[in-house]
Amino acid sequence: MQIIVLIKQVPETSNVKMDEETGTMVRDGVESIINPLDLYAIEAAVQLKDRYGGEVTVLSMGPPSADRALREAMAMGCDRAVLICGREFAGSDTWSTANALSRAIQKTGYYDLILAGERATDGDTGQVGPEVASFLDVPLAAYISRIDGIEDGKITVERLIEDGYETLMVTLPAVLTVVKELNYPRLPTLRGKKRAKSTEIPVWGPHSLDLDPGETGLKGSPTRVDKIFIPKVTRETELVPATDEESAGEAVRKLVRFLKEKNLLQ
Amino acid sequence: MSYSGVWTVSEKNGKELAGISFELLASARPLADKLKTELCTVLIGNGNDDLCARELIERGADRIYVVSHEALSHYIVENYSNVLGRLINSYKPEIVIAGATSLGCTLMPHVAVKVGAGLTADCTSLDIEENTRLLLQVRPAIGGNIMARIKTPARRPQMATVRPKTFRPLPRDEKRKGHIVNEEFDTGTIDPRIQRKCFRKLDEAGPELGDANIVVAGGAGLKRADNFGMIRELARLLGGAVGASRNSVDRGWISYPHQVGLSGKTVTPELYIAVGISGAIQHLAGMKTAEHIIAINIDEDAAIFKVSDFGIVGDLFEILPLLNEALREELGNV
Repeated sequence: MQIIVLIKQVPETSNVKMDEETGTMVRDGVESIINPLDLYAIEAAVQLKDRYGGEVTVLSMGPPSADRALREAMAMGCDRAVLICGREFAGSDTWSTANALSRAIQKTGYYDLILAGERATDGDTGQVGPEVASFLDVPLAAYISRIDGIEDGKITVERLIEDGYETLMVTLPAVLTVVKELNYPRLPTLRGKKRAKSTEIPVWGPHSLDLDPGETGLKGSPTRVDKIFIPKVTRETELVPATDEESAGEAVRKLVRFLKEKNLLQ
Repeated sequence: MSYSGVWTVSEKNGKELAGISFELLASARPLADKLKTELCTVLIGNGNDDLCARELIERGADRIYVVSHEALSHYIVENYSNVLGRLINSYKPEIVIAGATSLGCTLMPHVAVKVGAGLTADCTSLDIEENTRLLLQVRPAIGGNIMARIKTPARRPQMATVRPKTFRPLPRDEKRKGHIVNEEFDTGTIDPRIQRKCFRKLDEAGPELGDANIVVAGGAGLKRADNFGMIRELARLLGGAVGASRNSVDRGWISYPHQVGLSGKTVTPELYIAVGISGAIQHLAGMKTAEHIIAINIDEDAAIFKVSDFGIVGDLFEILPLLNEALREELGNV
């Protein structure tokens, strides 16, 4: 079985600081990591490989430094990695990114399954996975929280939507986007790290993907970021201390009054 | 043929219209008015179509394209995408808007690729630029710390998903008139590669998290799984849903469908109460746009207070029982 995993390198945002003057992210000292939701996709791919045999190829589009994310994925058990990289890709929106990824997937050859995190924590759109499915014209199953198994070229999965879990049976090849309920990602092994370190990771640019200049980066992107601004802070916080029984009681009374004033009690 | 008309994609829960359908009409009505064009909505599904179409008209739509068939009873992205893609190709709307729901967030990218359109995710405001007549799409970025305004200059239609609960539905106007257009469904477009086997409803008391007007969320400050009982009780008293921080989900205190934040759900309720949640940037990204925010936390420097309207600095184990008691009294509820 040939499995492809799509990953993205994102800034580690758990301790992100904002410059309150300029509204930009303070990037100094911010580490880059594999998009947390992609780890569940990697884990699922490696588990499926262990169960059904085959190979896992991990793909990422990004700057040269994304090479590190790919090696980390290999250290977790992926067999091959390809970096899609080139100055021409700068400014790609989700449409253009999905277009390039789809070309790269086709170039890898035969595939049974494509896995990706449900969204990336930086762009936060969740569009690339569905777009790849559409470009490749293969079925999409999004928000996968459980994989039951593969039989007769069909995979049975459960997806988490607003009000419950839906079970689908999907003909392979297919694209699955996954949520964190799916599994517990493993840590890279020492052996994996060694192998990842010594592996050559090919870099594919627009030419090797047969993409015209008009198809990549800003030119190939239907959408444009026109303006960035800081959201207006409209909240004035009323802070009430509750240090002992008496002040706690008073704080709770104030809170209930707040709820009543805002018509939030029914 | 040039592109004209503003479209929304209505959603159904079984035979009933989902609330997002009305929110979308409310978001799109001013756009259609500014462009002096029709506001149309696409209603895909099966059954109860006339009643649904009528209500969509009363909530702001001028024209409803109804595509109804048994094979469309349940959302399968490929089948819906075939329907919507065909409608877009034949009527050429200049704007198409759907909800940033599990349906909209999969259907819209799928269709955008097919019709070669630009798509912006999870918008919190939409407008028309006066001189260019372009759709201005505003969405939070970097965890809501900045807002990005996005345009689709050349490709058509201009497509966007809208964050649920951001727009308030227009009141029903029984005098509004509109056209209902029944569109043929070509059964040849049913994709045989996907079969829906079954559905298991989340077994939770109260409203669904994304749809709730009030969300009461607990975090690491609760210290133990059992203590979510107090959160559930507060949610019950207020008629709200239970949310959680990633920290408390990762510790196994509560299941993942409750997680609010970047790797969970984004919610925009009227009231969000954060209890024992410090307010990591990922969490704030998922709830910052709530109308009112209340926080209870022992640490007065907790980031959650910076986005709150009302905060109590203190021990939640002291405050929550008092609060629940006060509310029981207030609401005459035991």
